Amino acid sequence: MSRWEVVIGLETHVQLATKSKIFSGASTAFGAEANRQACAVDIALPGVLPVLNREAVVCAIRFGLAVGGEIAPRSIFARKNYFYPDLPKGYQISQYETPVVAGGGLTIRIDGTEKFVRLTRAHLEEDAGKSLHEDFHGRTGIDLNRAGTPLLEIVSEPDLRSSAEAVAYAKALHALVTWIGISDGNMQEGSFRCDANVSVRHPGEPLGTRREIKNLNSFRFLQQAIDYEIQWQINELEEGRAIHQATVLFDPDTGETRAMRSKEDAHDYRYFPDPDLLPLEIGPEWIAEVKAGMPELPQAMQARFQADYGLSAYDAATLTATREMARYFEAAVAAAGRENAKPCANWVMGELAARLNRDERDIASSPVSAGQLAGMIRRIGDGTLSSKLAKEVFDALWNGEGQGDENAADAIIEARGLKQVSDASAIEPIIDEVLAANQKSVEEFRAGKEKAFNALVGQVMKATRGKANPQQVNELLRKKLSS
Amino acid sequence: MINSSLRELSAALAQKKISSVELTTLFLDRIEQHNPTLNAFITVDRERALGLARAADAKLGAGETAPPLTGIPLAHKDIFCTRGLRTTCGSKMLANFISPYDAHVVERMNDAGMVLLGKCNMDEFAMGSSNETSYFGPVKNPWDTARVPGGSSGGSAAEIAARLVPAATGTDTGGSIRQPAALCGLTGLKPTYGVVSRYGMIAFASSLDQGGPMAKSAEDCALLLNAMAGFDARDSTSLDRPAEDYTRDLDKPLDGLRIGLPKEFFGAGMSEGVRAAVEGALAEYRRLGATTVEISLPNSGLSVPAYYVIAPAEASSNLARFDGVRYGHRAAEYRDLIEMYEKTRAEGFGAEVKRRILIGTYVLSHGYYDAYYLKAQQVRRLIAADFQEAFKSCDVIMGPTAPSVAFKFGEKSADPVEMYLSDIYTIAVNLAGLPGMSIPCGFEQGLPVGLQLIAPWFAEAKMLGVAHRYQQATDWHTRMPEGWQ
Amino acid sequence: MSLTPDDVQRIAHLARIEISAAESAQTREQLNAILAFVEQLQAVDTTGIVPMAHAVDVVQRLREDRVTETDRRDDFMAIAPESEAGLYLVPKVIE
Repeated sequence: MSRWEVVIGLETHVQLATKSKIFSGASTAFGAEANRQACAVDIALPGVLPVLNREAVVCAIRFGLAVGGEIAPRSIFARKNYFYPDLPKGYQISQYETPVVAGGGLTIRIDGTEKFVRLTRAHLEEDAGKSLHEDFHGRTGIDLNRAGTPLLEIVSEPDLRSSAEAVAYAKALHALVTWIGISDGNMQEGSFRCDANVSVRHPGEPLGTRREIKNLNSFRFLQQAIDYEIQWQINELEEGRAIHQATVLFDPDTGETRAMRSKEDAHDYRYFPDPDLLPLEIGPEWIAEVKAGMPELPQAMQARFQADYGLSAYDAATLTATREMARYFEAAVAAAGRENAKPCANWVMGELAARLNRDERDIASSPVSAGQLAGMIRRIGDGTLSSKLAKEVFDALWNGEGQGDENAADAIIEARGLKQVSDASAIEPIIDEVLAANQKSVEEFRAGKEKAFNALVGQVMKATRGKANPQQVNELLRKKLSS
Repeated sequence: MINSSLRELSAALAQKKISSVELTTLFLDRIEQHNPTLNAFITVDRERALGLARAADAKLGAGETAPPLTGIPLAHKDIFCTRGLRTTCGSKMLANFISPYDAHVVERMNDAGMVLLGKCNMDEFAMGSSNETSYFGPVKNPWDTARVPGGSSGGSAAEIAARLVPAATGTDTGGSIRQPAALCGLTGLKPTYGVVSRYGMIAFASSLDQGGPMAKSAEDCALLLNAMAGFDARDSTSLDRPAEDYTRDLDKPLDGLRIGLPKEFFGAGMSEGVRAAVEGALAEYRRLGATTVEISLPNSGLSVPAYYVIAPAEASSNLARFDGVRYGHRAAEYRDLIEMYEKTRAEGFGAEVKRRILIGTYVLSHGYYDAYYLKAQQVRRLIAADFQEAFKSCDVIMGPTAPSVAFKFGEKSADPVEMYLSDIYTIAVNLAGLPGMSIPCGFEQGLPVGLQLIAPWFAEAKMLGVAHRYQQATDWHTRMPEGWQ
Repeated sequence: MSLTPDDVQRIAHLARIEISAAESAQTREQLNAILAFVEQLQAVDTTGIVPMAHAVDVVQRLREDRVTETDRRDDFMAIAPESEAGLYLVPKVIE
């Protein structure tokens, strides 16, 4: 019996970062009271008509450029017809036969290896409203604030072979859409939701019947749902039962998936071109204009970081996890000088990332500005500040000392007297004192115990309250001991 | 006064020979007197009308130049949403629907200073050619109350014919302005698709629907169209073109005008009286300096079947919003959500609307889309191309508007297909998006006959001129049915 | 092509229109008459003809991304068949 191969494709709904809805002038801001942002068009009053939001199209073009897809010179909006209380028109305006973006792909990194995941398409569509199932005398409440919010539905090819790959893909996609600024990516607010099409087969056999897990709005749920679903399907098949195509929901409480109870009319959506909307034309000039306004993409930036700054692939990838982090890093390097690029990378990925993580802050609101961090790193570089005391300076900066002052590190070093002592004439007398006071360690060192040397260095550093240049202490101490 | 043209009314108001309140009261009283017989209005709002009339009088008295239609009464087909005023679309589904907003056309007519008297009866959701499908009962034809006024803008047509209002709006998806205009002895115009905004006009078949004016003459229609037409950013299919004066060609002589006569429109199927009246009109045009040339629209015979795939398909989707959730009728008793939908829609829609929704649902459904819907759209292109070809050899096309004069109630309502054939000459125009109009050109046994004019895209002004010159030479359009004095 | 009673029920359900047993036969007959009538389209050779979805050959106009609508919930709720706390109410939806 051959092992099972898992086949997964994701359909991701990305809420686009527009101010107004895709076909109406109502606000898309999150969190308004129910139905206060549902205008006449959104609630589908008789006689109202849709008009397409230009910015939603710009977002789609940006995405198409970012994934190397083809941007359709002419695409069509279609109606997907079905009845549901949170779907006010009785149809969803979407794109069916001709999506705005076709093809392209995304590189994901998993266990140190890269994999290219092909995209089928990305199309523009409107979101539905929300059904609130909590009790209104046993009835469901409908909030249409979300109805008409612009979405880009991004469909991958069934290239993913495990839940880990699916999560890596979803994370890479999430990073990309936020990077290019087309979505805030807020998963709690539903700005990034995945549907996972999962099937299993024996390698080399045709694709198995898939089941679609709907509406997964966290990476963890995505992983759990897929893992559960894979196991369920394998069990079914191994016990001789067939898989039937179905739409399933994931219950985070039980960690299980279950088929939806409502049958969707065997999915006869009766798609046809929306007669209220004309063909969307995107000419080369428009694409060029959008391209000119695109930020450097993460992969290009990673290559540049490696080439220009001598960073490792890992560092380059870490520093480009978000556009804010990359922006911060580049600002720090610009201020600290290219020769300090590696220390900048280390500080950003190390101390700064740890603090941000601890305090649950994002890098854009870091209390230590890139310029301040660079100022400190410069002082390490020129020997003014020891790495050890740099932590103290960083602490001070983090706690708001010298806030707003790009040269705060210098002021802190000065005020606290943290300047590194690199003057031999100042260090030598202290070494002499330490040697005199630690004859036992001296003897041990001379007897061949290297450890004793470190103890002596420690003593000298302690005596200078950490300010002595450790390298210089090393050299002077060795000289004295060998004389 | 009730027979006056809009220009005459405008002059009388400007010269203070009559006030808008007096004029409005005159027509309101006529409505009160005759509407119980005709059933042409679904809603009349006397207080609102008088308020608008007082405002118009204030504008007229203020010395500043008020727009030319200021103070003249008007009625809207009940398909146009009117804020704060019931908008039913002739359906039980919307029998109590008070629109929270105004249609673009309604805004435009308000801005023009016209006084809205009420809302006109119509076939339910504009689906019908006889006004028999209205939830509010059929409208009677003022020329013979045993006969239909045509449809779907039958209320608009009957009111004007009986002089209950000087002008009204209509909509035309397959002939719904032109056919009732013909059957009631009026002038009605369907503009080029995209000239009049569809915003706030309850959709039947979005790619075919177009609003337009109905009145006693081409000149009246030109003045009304000046007010109705115009770009509207809220309708993606509204065309952003410079504003036009549709009266500009009214006095243009007809010398050299080439009238195309599609041989397909003059074959069998037309009644003898209609044929005689249309031939008479063509003779008159030749006397006025025009020449006639035979043309062919080889695919026009396919327009009715193509239409009865495309229009129901769009309608089945357009009418899905009537689900009893946010507005309109909701069934009183149901066990669950599905039953709420199914009972609400079964109760709220009438038989013809349901039929068309079902046909439309079927032709779009899985496995049938290509054979029906796509095929019909391909045939639609063939039909449109026929017109492009025809207009190479003529300036305007003429023929009958309807195959017969007004028919009796019940005569065609048992057989949907026979009813559909009432629009055999008008439907192709909608499929091609062209402007068309109907003008009175005679009678058959005391019932009016309409002459249809079809022009190239955006040639409304020219077409109105062609109609106006005929109306200067004839008096068919001035005839009024008896019994409504 | 002729619709069976099952077809009619399936279509009616897709369209969410209840058709009683009493109506069913007549509805089927009328729908079949209409379908027979439109059947003549099948005889037309439309090879290579681009379907015509719109009456005029123009492209989509785009709206600037601005919030132009204000809150009119109270007006809209006033015409709703059933509402509470600013929500439209419907029979319990089962997912």
